Amino acid sequence: MIYLDHAATSPMPPAVRSAYLSALEVVGNPSSIHSAGQRARALVDDARSRIAATLGVDPIEVTFTGGGTEAVNLAIKGLYWMRRSGALPAGSAGSAAPARILVPRTEHHAALDAVEWLAAHEGAELRWLEVDALGALRLDDLADALGDGSGVALLTMLAANNEVGTLQPVAEAAALAAAVGVPVHVDAIAAYGQVALSPLPHGVSAVSISAHKVGGPVGVGALVLRRGAEVVPLLHGGSQQRGRSGTMDAAGAEAFAVAAELAHAELAERAQRKRMLRARLAEGIRNRVPQAVLRGAAGAAAVETDPARAAALDALALPGTLHLTVPDAEGDSLLMLLDAAGIAVSTGSACQAGVPEPSHVLLAMGLSEAEARGALRITLGPSTTEADVDALLDALPAAVERAQAAGLAARTPRLGR
Amino acid sequence: MSGGVDSAVAAARAVDAGHEVVGVHLALSRMPGTLRTGSRGCCTIEDSLDARRAAEKLGIPFYVWDFSERFRADVVDDFISEYAAGRTPNPCMRCNERIKFAAVLEKALALGFDAVVTGHYAHIVEGPHGRELHRASDEAKDQSYVLGVLTTEQLAHAWFPLGTTPSKAVVRAEAEQRGLTVAQKPDSHDICFIPDGDTRGWLADRIAPATGAIVDRDGAKVGEHDGATSFTVGQRRGLNLGVPAPDGRPRFVLEVRPRTNEVVVGPREALAIAELAGARYTWAGADPVASGVTTRDAGAEPGADAMLPFACHVQVRAHADPVPASAFVADGELVVRPLEPLLGVAPGQTAVVYVGTRVLGQCTIDRTVAADLLVPAP
Repeated sequence: MIYLDHAATSPMPPAVRSAYLSALEVVGNPSSIHSAGQRARALVDDARSRIAATLGVDPIEVTFTGGGTEAVNLAIKGLYWMRRSGALPAGSAGSAAPARILVPRTEHHAALDAVEWLAAHEGAELRWLEVDALGALRLDDLADALGDGSGVALLTMLAANNEVGTLQPVAEAAALAAAVGVPVHVDAIAAYGQVALSPLPHGVSAVSISAHKVGGPVGVGALVLRRGAEVVPLLHGGSQQRGRSGTMDAAGAEAFAVAAELAHAELAERAQRKRMLRARLAEGIRNRVPQAVLRGAAGAAAVETDPARAAALDALALPGTLHLTVPDAEGDSLLMLLDAAGIAVSTGSACQAGVPEPSHVLLAMGLSEAEARGALRITLGPSTTEADVDALLDALPAAVERAQAAGLAARTPRLGR
Repeated sequence: MSGGVDSAVAAARAVDAGHEVVGVHLALSRMPGTLRTGSRGCCTIEDSLDARRAAEKLGIPFYVWDFSERFRADVVDDFISEYAAGRTPNPCMRCNERIKFAAVLEKALALGFDAVVTGHYAHIVEGPHGRELHRASDEAKDQSYVLGVLTTEQLAHAWFPLGTTPSKAVVRAEAEQRGLTVAQKPDSHDICFIPDGDTRGWLADRIAPATGAIVDRDGAKVGEHDGATSFTVGQRRGLNLGVPAPDGRPRFVLEVRPRTNEVVVGPREALAIAELAGARYTWAGADPVASGVTTRDAGAEPGADAMLPFACHVQVRAHADPVPASAFVADGELVVRPLEPLLGVAPGQTAVVYVGTRVLGQCTIDRTVAADLLVPAP
């Protein structure tokens, strides 16, 4: 199998696996007072320090969670509730606690569903932020939405879009928010370990990351919560960590730390390799499937003729993501045909009970529903080779031809008429 | 793969036969009902998980194909508009005709597949004049009626591996032996997009009811109703007639006239149908002339599709018994005359014509003629 879906989950490198297995042999609950507990606790604390170092923060600012979605929910709901906690009962004079959440239209579902839940159940008011054609947050719209900051509870935004790979203007956005006293949560799950995020820009209160996107285990994540920021917890219990209850996962934390350190030690080298492979992939697609449209900053870089501009665009993209749409084809048909050829890729969009919806990211970038249906996301990882890329390029033209025929059949039904 | 036992075993047999098999579950609703128990053939998250589990067990790739828009337009909306027009449709038939052996099949063929395999109980036979559709070996489970809409081209790319299985019990035992978790899952009933089985209530939410007159066969008003479309031909209960019948005998719904919002009632005898006909007819494989069942009507205009009467059986509902009949094609209609007057026939239903076990073809019933009103053919 040729695995080109590293953004979904990235395979665990052998060094991480062996560290994980060794850590699993450590007996003891990290919160226990005896020596066994202390040994387990040492693993967690050590891992916390190493994760903190990758982001240039202090260990006390790292809270381990049961994955990225929990981190995002803890940040968004926890910050929102904290901001609302000074609110007076509804209807009483002066109940001016901020209720507005600023959220780009292109967020991951972990954030989208969390803010929509807050809007439905907790009185939040959502202000959707626009993106440009490459999928980057529009700072003019953000400035407009922030105003003087009154009434705004928080801003949540991605560091890099998980579908099209476009990096977001986090530093600029955080500066704007900080100037009017609005806390910022950054969902860095797609970006962490792919591009350098340290030092965190001024104004960022919280950052969510996930282990399995960088070769760590599934079910392990972390929320970075800066010293000044506080959250109302999601989980109540033993108060084992700052902002989170629940027995700490020593082995998971250790494996996450090893994977994170590995990714950061090789960050520049991996990124350069992936950018080269992606350029090969993009060029191959342009030659062999000219009807495909490359999307996002990486796509714009691939078709830019001016080298300086192309380099600038390329720098605005995650190194390993290439997103394209194929006219008249369904993304899930392309995925299935490539799967049959032994190549694992993604359509990029979230599935409801396995049913593909046109990507909200592509729609926000200005694509039509019809264009958005033909989406394919190819994500490279540290283990990807030239041969993998070439195998995809060999399989793609036939898959596109068949998927387009199937798309045509769907639009002009003939049987049973 | 609906998530039921039949399609799971059909898939298993296709794998055993050496084919390259891919499991497909159809997403037919954008808002799947949550976790209802029992298979409805589609629509629930649990069904989709069951189908996936079966595919995992068989070691075949599995995908969900979204046909919710097509299903809504071709099956659900059709169901509503047929009822609104006073007809009684069969949505499963429409789904086979427009979705499973049309939209799904066309997509599959374009993607490079050769056929659609389902867990239907029916049997495809290579006959002297091409592929024929026959009743299943298990008469109690036979589903050839709902497949009667399939045409030569659709049959060419269809396969029903359960068609020659002696009984459903055998299928369940086979599923058990293969370790399929759906082996004891209950059969699906009802209409999959009406989760609680309350068709009347579901329709009432979608077709604005208006009060109107209940009339007898002579047009005299005998009562009022709250909405003509909630009545079905043959219905006796719930008429609430103000004027008793002259002979004091019970009256039944004979006809629903949506255009005038009238419901026509009359005695039970008037429900007996001597002729039914439909302009929308198809042949499942070679037509009756090519099959040697009848000959073309030499007296008809050149080029007109006209066939002389031939002996057959007709079935008008999924679980009705087939009855002996004579059928012919004239003036653009397939006309069927049961040898004995037939009850339970309403426009919108499908009449499937059989010769022996073979499905010859079908028509959607446009009109019926009551036995006591039939003018003998010249």
